[in-house]
Amino acid sequence: MAVSCLLFGRYAELLGTAQLELELGQPATVADAVERLRGTHPHGDRLPPSPLVAVNREHVGHDRVLAHGDELAFLPPLAGG
Amino acid sequence: MSGDVVTRDPIDVGALLAELRDDGRGATAVFLGSVRSGPDDGPVTAIEYSAYEAMVGEEFGRIVAEAAGRWPGTAYRVRHRVGRVSAGDPSIAVAASAPHRAEAFEACRYVIEEAKQRLPVWKREILADGTTRWREG
Repeated sequence: MAVSCLLFGRYAELLGTAQLELELGQPATVADAVERLRGTHPHGDRLPPSPLVAVNREHVGHDRVLAHGDELAFLPPLAGG
Repeated sequence: MSGDVVTRDPIDVGALLAELRDDGRGATAVFLGSVRSGPDDGPVTAIEYSAYEAMVGEEFGRIVAEAAGRWPGTAYRVRHRVGRVSAGDPSIAVAASAPHRAEAFEACRYVIEEAKQRLPVWKREILADGTTRWREG
């Protein structure tokens, strides 16, 4: 299955892209996606091992199970306000 | 809520208050957060805000729904700037309107504290010498 990944702020700079697609086997969790991205993207290891993530615009934990077509966002430490 | 939560334009507090006007709500509390350039902040002239804009709208909606459930009879308007915001200019506004002042203050406080913890927004400080740096928190 494919999930679309969004990268913001510092993370987009570190990986040199703000958007990419990840192919994952099923079932897969957020933790699996993080591991895949960190292991396969040319600069993936620049991401921290346990970044803040959102799935479909909602904060989730790394044990969240992903579905085909999910929008997975990697969020640097938040600094709103 | 109504209107765009994320805005590139200066925040118009008067417009937010006008939208909230209601004869049954006698108290409105407003929190305005502005770009700070104090003695401990270095020579910050502006902040460039970026956001996961679709999620900011949804997360603010969840926060406001939580507050409305906790303080019945309240209503809210919220805005967050993106793009370049000069020192001294507001970057976030929360207006909470309630029948009485106690709920208005409490609800406004709840929304801004949750927003600080949960909104996917990032800031890059622009310093007087033109350099920039990511700022956390």
